[in-house]
Amino acid sequence: MGGELTVVEPLIFAASHPGRRAVRFPVASAVAASAAAGQPALPAAQLRSRAARLPEVSELDLLRHFNRLSHLNHAIDLGFYPLGSCTMKYNPKVNEWAARLPGLAESHPLDPDELAQGSLELEWLLAELLKEISGFAALSLQPAAGAHGELTGLLMARAYHRSRGDAATRTKVLVPDSSHGTNPATATMVGYSAVTIPSNDRGGIDLAALKAALGPDTAALMITNPSTLGIFEDQIDQVLSAVKAAGAIAYMDGANLNAILGRFRPGEAGFDVMHFNLHKTFSTPHGGGGPGAGPVGVSERLAPFLPGPLPMLADGDPEAVIRNAWRGRSTPDARFALEAADARPSAIGRVRSFTGNFGMFVRAYTYIRSNGDAGLRQVSNDAVLAANYLRVQLAGSFDLPYDRICKHEVVLSGRRQKREHGVSTLDMAKAILDHRIHPPTIYFPLIVEEAMMIEPTETESLETLDRFVETMRAIAEQAASDPDALRGAPLTTPVGRLDEATAARRPDLRHEFGAT
Amino acid sequence: MLSAIGVSSLDDLFADIPATVRATRFEVPPPLTEQEVRAELARLADRNALPRISFLGAGAYRHLVPSVVGEVIGRSEFSTSYTPYQPEVSQGTLQSIYEFQSLICELTGMEVATASHYDGATATAEAALMACRLTRRDRIAISSAVNPQVRRVVETYCSGPGIEVVVVPADLAAGGSGLTGPDVAGGILDAGFACLVAQQPNFFGGIEPMRELAEAAHAVGAQFVAVVEPTSLALLQAPGEYGADIVAAEGQPLGIPLSYGGPYVGLMAARMESVRQMPGRLVGATSDAKGRRGYVLTLQAREQHIRREKAASNICTNQALCALAAATYLTAVGPAGLREVAELSVTQARHLAAAIEAAGLGERRFSAAYFAEVAIQLPDAARRHAELARQGIVGGYLIERDYPELRDTLLLAATELTRDEEIDAFVAALRATR
Repeated sequence: MGGELTVVEPLIFAASHPGRRAVRFPVASAVAASAAAGQPALPAAQLRSRAARLPEVSELDLLRHFNRLSHLNHAIDLGFYPLGSCTMKYNPKVNEWAARLPGLAESHPLDPDELAQGSLELEWLLAELLKEISGFAALSLQPAAGAHGELTGLLMARAYHRSRGDAATRTKVLVPDSSHGTNPATATMVGYSAVTIPSNDRGGIDLAALKAALGPDTAALMITNPSTLGIFEDQIDQVLSAVKAAGAIAYMDGANLNAILGRFRPGEAGFDVMHFNLHKTFSTPHGGGGPGAGPVGVSERLAPFLPGPLPMLADGDPEAVIRNAWRGRSTPDARFALEAADARPSAIGRVRSFTGNFGMFVRAYTYIRSNGDAGLRQVSNDAVLAANYLRVQLAGSFDLPYDRICKHEVVLSGRRQKREHGVSTLDMAKAILDHRIHPPTIYFPLIVEEAMMIEPTETESLETLDRFVETMRAIAEQAASDPDALRGAPLTTPVGRLDEATAARRPDLRHEFGAT
Repeated sequence: MLSAIGVSSLDDLFADIPATVRATRFEVPPPLTEQEVRAELARLADRNALPRISFLGAGAYRHLVPSVVGEVIGRSEFSTSYTPYQPEVSQGTLQSIYEFQSLICELTGMEVATASHYDGATATAEAALMACRLTRRDRIAISSAVNPQVRRVVETYCSGPGIEVVVVPADLAAGGSGLTGPDVAGGILDAGFACLVAQQPNFFGGIEPMRELAEAAHAVGAQFVAVVEPTSLALLQAPGEYGADIVAAEGQPLGIPLSYGGPYVGLMAARMESVRQMPGRLVGATSDAKGRRGYVLTLQAREQHIRREKAASNICTNQALCALAAATYLTAVGPAGLREVAELSVTQARHLAAAIEAAGLGERRFSAAYFAEVAIQLPDAARRHAELARQGIVGGYLIERDYPELRDTLLLAATELTRDEEIDAFVAALRATR
């Protein structure tokens, strides 16, 4: 690699020149150096022999490099991004203002509680809001992402079964065949075997198959609701009864919460545990792949097992604190604290350092308070309205595997184009790129051939949706009239289709210094 | 839109929710305008009493976040994009991760680095599980001088597949080295252990004999997992130089604000021969049909979206924007700047320890050389720490919170932000609490 390839934006290392730098630091004072001289020196044998070849660039060259790189990205703030399952909604900028407040951004996680009353109160209030939204009795903010929340949930399920003496026999976790890959991967991480339950022809879990699989060897069912097909489990009450009757834990993957705010509260319905994705439903920015946050809500019977320490109200009346906070006021005699390390001896232990991705809690809290009850209800109403609108507008051009009302996302199939014209969903996705729109999620869920999962979210205008419909119809027509054009797409992006096979066969995962 | 869909009301779109499970309450407060929500967040921010002087570290460090870092991660092309599953429109994210991977390899002296993990503690836990997969063994050894929160997370992750965690006791007696003895480690390790985990500098700031600990691990065919503090790598040997097999680190010191504990960023690096057992995302270089260089997520057969229950880890969303912050930081400070940060931190920690000793207020608990954090023994530390806090001074971390046998000991950290006046004021205030 190197000389013969056209480079869109050189690596930062190419801009490096000896002696340049962007940031300088003071030198120690004579007083400090003199005082330090009497202390043990760093052992000579353990000093670094050669400095790391970090780039030496000016601040201007650094900034130009990263600005030019940023121009190579599509993003929500540039155009439509209907990536199903990810909830690519607009991230309000007031959330960023809040997260950067020095009082919050400079708070050290180990500061004595009396110096961190604001951080603790924010965590406590956010937990109260998430519990109210979801109907769960208790909650931990600790997990850093949805998959991390799943790990936490299954560890709690196992701790629960251990407390009842039948963990050794409960070795299986049931997951629908439409599940996100993190679900079975998490089961494996906790030492369970994942058993796949088929979906029925209406896109819900096959209840008979589920009942047949449930038994004394079932630790948990992990189910997404609405499902990854964007369809609400209309037998969810029977699903939950069956799981409870088998003595298993009911885990809800909360990735699709954007569809049901104010309409369905999983904790109230009977789930034992659910993870939230704050970077989906609650508008914290996706960041190109994180940071997210994956708090877990639980029923009373799992509360003892939550990872801690949890923020608690050590003094004061919780109703008064909430009433005042909803009016933007502090409660003078309220005192928050992190619970003692041994407060809940059954807790599963830490799943990460400190109390969680606090910067994302600030953003999510700001979002929930901005929207309020009416705003959050409207989020789901509009998300579901938008997805159903796209469903009916596109059903003429693409196969619709499940012809029924969907929720916040809809799954179409490109199988007609594949069979009739040899044009795959991948080809059509690449063609969408040329229209400055991010393609839907493709080839997921696995149970739909040539799947396209479209999630518009509630923050898009009707004009944007209509433009997407026109684009998709035009691509469907092109599949028939000019399939080669689609197979050559994208043509107008910074790079074309990349050779992923060679990237995996001959991995080049870092810059070779000295080779430029 | 409703008529296009063929329904008459929004409620029709939710008719498939069984009546018995519909929400019966939703008592979220009413909406707030921008000025009202700003006032509410300002209220909470103001309720934090940020210390005017602080020597608190213990896993999270107060460093300068250069202004240019905020500019770069504030670009919404980076912050409002997602996982680069469509690489043609994600080259900004992908190339910046490739640069990040390159920088971490260079800093640690290792051959491959991942795109990031949630934090240093989970990166360490994933490294231990990776060692178990590589060696097909089911016990791990970890020094008691590794950060206690990291050890708790390792224990939790190991409880999943039933991996046994054995603690190697460091020499924590008063006047002892405060370090992990290679002989002690060697006495515990046998061919049943997948790895030995040690931290450099350790939780107490002590500089561990990493090369000898690596040898003790290798002597029984185990992997050596080095948990390192990234700014220290400007002065201390890179783990690749002393035989580390897997490296884990908390990347927060690299341009990421304290933010009450998160989001931070976990770093992981290893040798190329182990790459197929590495958890997390990896970005690789390749080209397109027109001969343009580009970057893609690669070796995805390790990951959950391909392998599902056979994946190396369940990790999906990681900490990409924080990794970008770290890459920007390392690029902004450069080798000279990182060296200055480390040297000033080291000098000020010694200045602090010397000032306390000269004032007769306390003494170093351990004899070994330390990096930029030092354990100081002084009478009645808990009461005095609380009194200082009431004055807006955080006198480090009270070690007995995690090590009950280490009473009356404060863990004090210095960084390049530590000023001489702060040390003087701290000594005076400490004296007044006697």
